[in-house]
Amino acid sequence: MTAAQTMFDEQAPSENGPVLRVSDLTVSFPSESGRVQAVRGLNYEVSAGEVLGIVGESGSGKSVSSLAVMGLLPQQARISGSIKFRDRELLGLSDDQLSKIRGKRISMVFQDPLSALTPVYTVGDQIAEALRAHGHSMSKQQAHNRAVELLDLVGIPNAANRAKAFPHEFSGGMRQRAVIAIAIANDPDLIIADEPTTALDVTVQAQVLEVLKTAQEVTGAGIVIITHDLGVVAGFADRLMVMYAGKAVETGQVDEIYAHPRMPYTLGLLGSIPRLDAEERQPLVPIEGQPPSLVDLPPGCPFAPRCPMVVDACREAEPPLSDVDGSEQHRAACIRANELIAEDPDAAEVFEVEAVEEAAIAKVPREQRPIVLSVNELVKHFPLTKGAVFKRRVGTVHAVDGVSFDIRAGETLGLVGESGCGKTTTLMEILGLDTLMGGDIAILGNLTTSLTKQSRREIRRDMQVVFQDPMASLDPRMPIGDVLAEPMQVHGYSKQKIASRIPELLDLVGLRAEHAERYPAEFSGGQRQRIGIARALALEPKLIVLDEPVSALDVSIQAGVINLLDELKAKLELAYLFVAHDLSVVRHIADRVAVMYLGKIVEIGEVDGVFGDAKHPYTQALLSAIPIPDPVAERSRERIILTGDLPSPANPPRGCRFHTRCFTFAALPEDKRQRCLDEEPVLAAHGDDQQAACHFPRARAVL
Amino acid sequence: MIGFLARRLVNYVILCLVATFLAYLLASLTFDPVAILMQRNPPPPEAAIAAKRLALHFDQPIPLRFVHWLGGVVHGDFGRTVTDHNVGDELLPRMGVSLRLFLVGVTVGVILGVILGVVSAIRQYKISDYAATVFSFVILSTPVFVIGPLLKTGALQVNDWLGTEYLKFTGEQTPGFDGSWLASLGDRLRYLIVPTLTIALQQIAYYSRYQRSAMLDVLGSDFLRTASAKGLTRRRVLFKHGLRTALIPMATLFAFGFGLLIVGGTFTEHIFGWYGMGDWLIVGVNTQDANVVATVTLFVAVLVLISGWLSDVLYAALDPRVRV
Repeated sequence: MTAAQTMFDEQAPSENGPVLRVSDLTVSFPSESGRVQAVRGLNYEVSAGEVLGIVGESGSGKSVSSLAVMGLLPQQARISGSIKFRDRELLGLSDDQLSKIRGKRISMVFQDPLSALTPVYTVGDQIAEALRAHGHSMSKQQAHNRAVELLDLVGIPNAANRAKAFPHEFSGGMRQRAVIAIAIANDPDLIIADEPTTALDVTVQAQVLEVLKTAQEVTGAGIVIITHDLGVVAGFADRLMVMYAGKAVETGQVDEIYAHPRMPYTLGLLGSIPRLDAEERQPLVPIEGQPPSLVDLPPGCPFAPRCPMVVDACREAEPPLSDVDGSEQHRAACIRANELIAEDPDAAEVFEVEAVEEAAIAKVPREQRPIVLSVNELVKHFPLTKGAVFKRRVGTVHAVDGVSFDIRAGETLGLVGESGCGKTTTLMEILGLDTLMGGDIAILGNLTTSLTKQSRREIRRDMQVVFQDPMASLDPRMPIGDVLAEPMQVHGYSKQKIASRIPELLDLVGLRAEHAERYPAEFSGGQRQRIGIARALALEPKLIVLDEPVSALDVSIQAGVINLLDELKAKLELAYLFVAHDLSVVRHIADRVAVMYLGKIVEIGEVDGVFGDAKHPYTQALLSAIPIPDPVAERSRERIILTGDLPSPANPPRGCRFHTRCFTFAALPEDKRQRCLDEEPVLAAHGDDQQAACHFPRARAVL
Repeated sequence: MIGFLARRLVNYVILCLVATFLAYLLASLTFDPVAILMQRNPPPPEAAIAAKRLALHFDQPIPLRFVHWLGGVVHGDFGRTVTDHNVGDELLPRMGVSLRLFLVGVTVGVILGVILGVVSAIRQYKISDYAATVFSFVILSTPVFVIGPLLKTGALQVNDWLGTEYLKFTGEQTPGFDGSWLASLGDRLRYLIVPTLTIALQQIAYYSRYQRSAMLDVLGSDFLRTASAKGLTRRRVLFKHGLRTALIPMATLFAFGFGLLIVGGTFTEHIFGWYGMGDWLIVGVNTQDANVVATVTLFVAVLVLISGWLSDVLYAALDPRVRV
């Protein structure tokens, strides 16, 4: 216990009952097509010290309902029902009255830490401001001292100095810590965290969740955590509420819901997440279709159009939340919940997912397959310059510093690492087909440096790309047919060939031929990503480079796209270079994986080897940071929390680049440490197809 | 930071010289003051024209003439006009006239423009917002030579209504006014109101549009939500966090807007009979006088660059992210 913690009072035992009780909450907004019913009759309560997880896809009303609690919805929102905080009705209070409760009794942590702090004031001042907004007797000096204590509590090293820094001098993870410090400054009774870790890297996510736990321990507050990530809540929440189309569709204890979901939507959601701890590869459960529009919702269960268990009765009336499994704790809104109770089926059974057949080429041993892409000692440095007229070099960003790997036919290599590790730069160098700063890249045996203009164009045909953001990667003014035709026109396909190929491509990615006439704006995110994939397939490439292809999609949609990629790979014998930060997705889709840290590959090898028995401490930490959507397993895991953030690639640490954050290094005796400080480790073989760059590799169970 | 501002200042001095040289070059190449002389009837004797040419240094190449002129400027000598008056003698009074007119107009305009923009943004899509929008676009699309006379007419109405000629709009003070220091100031103020209003109206219209959109950007930002979630009242959130941040992009606009206004103020000065720098530029062109044109250009260049430098300082003061 630090001195800071003594400032929080003990949990007041006299105040029993829920801290927050929301009943019959409805929220609607005006829109051009009519009123959007964002929240439609929501009931929940949170007790002191309890963590309630609210899960749902985008547009399910989870954020709107919590902003309603804070009284932070825009003025045009129409709110009805009741929000009671400690028996005091919050709805209808004036802004002045609410501002006495906000930040003092209820506080909030938002999603994007990069924009959550005012850029023109120091972090310390912003925390002190929260203190002085409620503690009027507090002097400036007292508030400042307390702000420093709070920063220290949330794990900002050297807090007294850092309090004087401006938000732009903090990394994303540190800013989120500062926002949490503001949230707990006045010892609130309730903390609402709206997607607090979504914008962060996994290792930082693990740190921030840890800080949130500390925050809860010291304040004894009830916490509402809103997320779309079922992994995050599995280990953190006590109770769970699943939202769909503005309503709760299932509520209950976390363990119960994960073990026995009683609403097909929950079942589908759980089945749609790729699991890091999956023993064998199973197809994911995609939930077909998209969430309904909340303007003029038809009668009946809003999930009915996407539900595999739908019967006529579902379309007649919307089922209420009712007790299932004979327990008041667990409630679901489904008229067929009883059947789920009786059979307890698998998500894959209910959603009738078929396993993908393995491609013929996958049966050929790896060594005998041709190499599609080989990257050898690739180097890319960016100059750091200063001055506007006379630029002068003041440093070098070592974005990629000697990276080697190869991809063989019909194989997927996953390239993973935190933001800033150089994975995107590697990808851009490969796609550039240009002169390299160092090393070489060969595509289908052709060195990029020896290409003529003609052959470069030929090679482009064999290597295509799918981008991260499906919204931005399609020209909004081109109908889909033209989007797909463009690469073929460039490569001189005949008109007839193009005309016959477009319906073929659309069919391949699960869209219909008549979609060719429509514009991108008419498609959902998942469909657009399918169009992006169809465009990449147009020229029948051998290799597809995928840059975070599913990270912008909701989980249920993501599952469909991943299954599609799996299927296409088997059908067309494609090779993928799959860049992602989500290791669960990589585990699901990749055959081999390369882990990057500060411009170097620290571990590479076959997926089961690297994920099952990681040798490099960084890989272990990454894996350990990923939450598993299984409350029992998640709670029993021992998490490795990496300290600090990624060092600047402009000034990478000497010796082993990871030593500044390495727990193995920290545990080494003094005499052995010197080696990590002086000598940069090289990739050394461990087993058949696994290499790690560590002087002291140790096996460690992380799942 | 100090070093950065000092470097900028050096850059600006060079830019000033370049701008002035270009104006001098252009004026010298196109102007022919001797031609005017030759059109006199009866024509002046050959010797007088030759003497004039020599006095104007027409025997030297233009760059050399410029260096000669610049050498004088360094010592406070701005050369002589074609009619052989000292340019420097006229410079100070004219500068005073222009600055008096525009400093007041701009200050009023900036303050009211910011307020109007902020109010519009906060009350977006309310009647007041629409009214402010209509006002701004009407003003912005009306040339000053229409606004000026309209305001004069308005002032006449006010005077009629008051029964005395309270608002004055020709010149800058009553000729031959004699009175105490305070009375003299009051007299000048009466002459100042209408022209200042002309300038201020345009400035309000211009800045309020920018301030409105800057404020709207900030209003939707996450940090305002964080500030509200802390428990600050809406007013504090809007002003301490919102307006403070929304002023940053305006800093550049204020400074350069002011510098350039002086050049554009020619009409305003003309309409209200103020003999300022804008008016002088016209006179300079009419008399084909390169020295006057170069002097006015130098004045404007210095003003623009001082404004630019001030905007750097202001920007750095407002935004910690650019402090280096």
